Amino acid sequence: MPSLPAAAVLPAAALPAAVLEVANAAVRFGEVRALDGVSLAILPGECIGLVGHNGAGKSTIVSVINGGLTPHQGEIFSDGTRLAPYGIGVARSRGVRCVFQELSLCPNLSIIENTRIMHRTLGGFGWRTRAAAIIASSLDAIFPGHGIDVSGPVGALSIAQRQMVEIAMAFSDAGQPPRLVILDEPTSSLDAGLAAQLLAHVRRFVASGGAVILISHMLNEILETASRIVVMKDGKIVAERAAGGFDHAGLVEAMGSAVPHQTAARRNLAATEPVLDLALPKGQPFRACKGEVVGLAGLGGHGQTRMLLALFDHHSPQWWPRRDPAVTFVAGDRRENGIFELWSILKNMTVAALGDLSRRGLVQDAAEAARGAEWKSRIEIRTPDMNNLILSLSGGNQQKVLFARALSTRAPVVLMDDPMRGVDVGTKREVYGMIRAEAEAGRTFVWYSTEMEEMQLCDRVYVFREGAIVAELTGEAISEHNILRASFKAEAA
Amino acid sequence: MKLSTDTLRLIVPVVSLLVLLAGVFYLQPRAMSYNGLNLLFNLAVPIALATVAQMLIMAVNDLDLSMGTFVSFVACVAATYLHDTPLLGALILLAAIAVYAALGVIIYLRDLPSIVVTLGMSFVWAGLAVLILPAPGGTAPEWARAVMISKPPLLPMAIIASALLAIFAHLLIMRSSFGVLIRGVGGNQRSVQRAGWSILMARASAYALAATFAVAAGICLVGLTTSADANIALRYTLLSIAGVILGGGEFTGGRISPIGAVIGALTLTLAGSFLSFLRISPDWQIGAQGAILIIVLALRLLLNRLESKGGAA
Repeated sequence: MPSLPAAAVLPAAALPAAVLEVANAAVRFGEVRALDGVSLAILPGECIGLVGHNGAGKSTIVSVINGGLTPHQGEIFSDGTRLAPYGIGVARSRGVRCVFQELSLCPNLSIIENTRIMHRTLGGFGWRTRAAAIIASSLDAIFPGHGIDVSGPVGALSIAQRQMVEIAMAFSDAGQPPRLVILDEPTSSLDAGLAAQLLAHVRRFVASGGAVILISHMLNEILETASRIVVMKDGKIVAERAAGGFDHAGLVEAMGSAVPHQTAARRNLAATEPVLDLALPKGQPFRACKGEVVGLAGLGGHGQTRMLLALFDHHSPQWWPRRDPAVTFVAGDRRENGIFELWSILKNMTVAALGDLSRRGLVQDAAEAARGAEWKSRIEIRTPDMNNLILSLSGGNQQKVLFARALSTRAPVVLMDDPMRGVDVGTKREVYGMIRAEAEAGRTFVWYSTEMEEMQLCDRVYVFREGAIVAELTGEAISEHNILRASFKAEAA
Repeated sequence: MKLSTDTLRLIVPVVSLLVLLAGVFYLQPRAMSYNGLNLLFNLAVPIALATVAQMLIMAVNDLDLSMGTFVSFVACVAATYLHDTPLLGALILLAAIAVYAALGVIIYLRDLPSIVVTLGMSFVWAGLAVLILPAPGGTAPEWARAVMISKPPLLPMAIIASALLAIFAHLLIMRSSFGVLIRGVGGNQRSVQRAGWSILMARASAYALAATFAVAAGICLVGLTTSADANIALRYTLLSIAGVILGGGEFTGGRISPIGAVIGALTLTLAGSFLSFLRISPDWQIGAQGAILIIVLALRLLLNRLESKGGAA
């Protein structure tokens, strides 16, 4: 690893100087190592395909490259010069542009005005005319016949049109040409024709000396477009070959892990009476039976959370609470929609079951305390006093409280939205045991998780892609390999 | 039928202003004159300025609950220091604008709720106003008085001032790069940041510009009333927020309309006169004013529904 003083010049290499080079970058979020010593050099005239499962570190390395995130360790070079300090401004001045996965235009502004925001140097009298010309020519070059009116507001565009504008924005040139364009799932909302137009433009751009990093879950796009493929897993680069070195199966293989996970005793309950079902707008319908643990797998954001919420809405009354709740929900995003930060552990735990703990509309303190003590010992919440604030607990224990909240209700179905995010291994094991025991006792669990290991614990797994169930796996068929294969599209649409 | 979103947003404020105006003319035909119009609208000028100020704060997804006390404070400064020692008065007002810019910085850096910070500041401004002018009094600066009572040919001052304000605010906020930046911060702060802009500067300047408009509101108000009082503009806080919403703005998302905001302020002022002409007892006037607001906002909601349906089709 190079450890040169600031602004030192690397020795001239045989290769052309990299447009951008990240050396030994490490990023930690709390206990999680999002990037663990990653080095990546992007040369002019190449398209790097970056693949990996959720949480592999793709988005983190992208944030490091575009300057949005300063790595805790590591250096960044461009054209042989070390850039320190590095930030969004420096990255942009080096011609680094990024199309993000989530749409990042200002919906209240017109396309022209968004162009003005993207190009800081565009100011001065008459900028509207110049901005209109710049974005229109870029749109015309990438998506001929796009039919988008650049003076209209972004908010009125369809998702696909917004994505097109965003891509055109990244490739547009306002005096400072783009040299490295990062495309993070650029085709996720484009149809096949538009995707083909984009990929053709990427090839043209690369042929003229530009560099592109392409992230996509459509492995065919990667295989057809990229000149080099980098596979990431657990914050590391695990494989890196020229595009010819991979085929579809080899790529799926490289993303998975070789070590088989331990599996729990599975039961086949699919034949029994379903307690939950939901028809989805496309793909297979969803169904869950009594005492079953149903896993929802697939890449993040492909409709799993949306389906859980739909299930919840479908089975819980909108206007008046029912005496016997049908479903209960364990949120994954604790801080956002799980805990009440200012409440005690006890209050946080009992809030879902207050109806059972009250008489004539008044909460019975004694019953509440007894319920708290019971669950404290059952799931071992590590606190001297249940009346302490919820925030005095570690993240894992907070999550246990959320589980206790759900399990202490009488609801026969528990919906879980990736509940193990940022929870330590020990707590996970305890919770897995609890889920198993409760399922044996006849509770149904619907479990969305991005972690393969947790899918191994399910009786049955649905794999989601693009908002629909594309595969149903049972018994021995539940494996990392099968889930990955179903999550990534085999054929181009 | 293909109207731009911005035009659609302007329809409700324009129509409600015209309906109210027709109602006033019907009840009191003598208002249909140069002097009548001036009397109807001259108190709207400072309210319109305060509304534009509030709109700038709302453009960056914040809310200013100290608008009323700040305008009162400015009025007190204008009626005392700005009249007696103009240089010192101007310095005080400049310092007040700097304080606003600093508030924008603090709210952003510490990630504080703007409502809490500005509510706190409202007590500071109110206290300062009482310190400067413990009892109603003071004298308006001659130039401010002269501007406010001027009688331009053809159209009364109040109409011309409102129109000029609307055009100026429109050019500044809807057409200039600076305005795009501020609305961009309200629309999607992250994307503005990723493009390499300083959010800190954008927010500070939005707050400073808002304070500048509020200062103008205070001076205009003193010019009209000739003297000041520490509580002179307390109702401006809610009037300004209502004016922005009435004019087609929204609390979040950087969706604002300067022309709409000015029209909204005129509508609110006119609603008061309309109710007086209807001989509704003052006890009921505030309630009736609220009812008018609810009706207009319900119309807005209805149009928004139509708009989103049209977008989906």
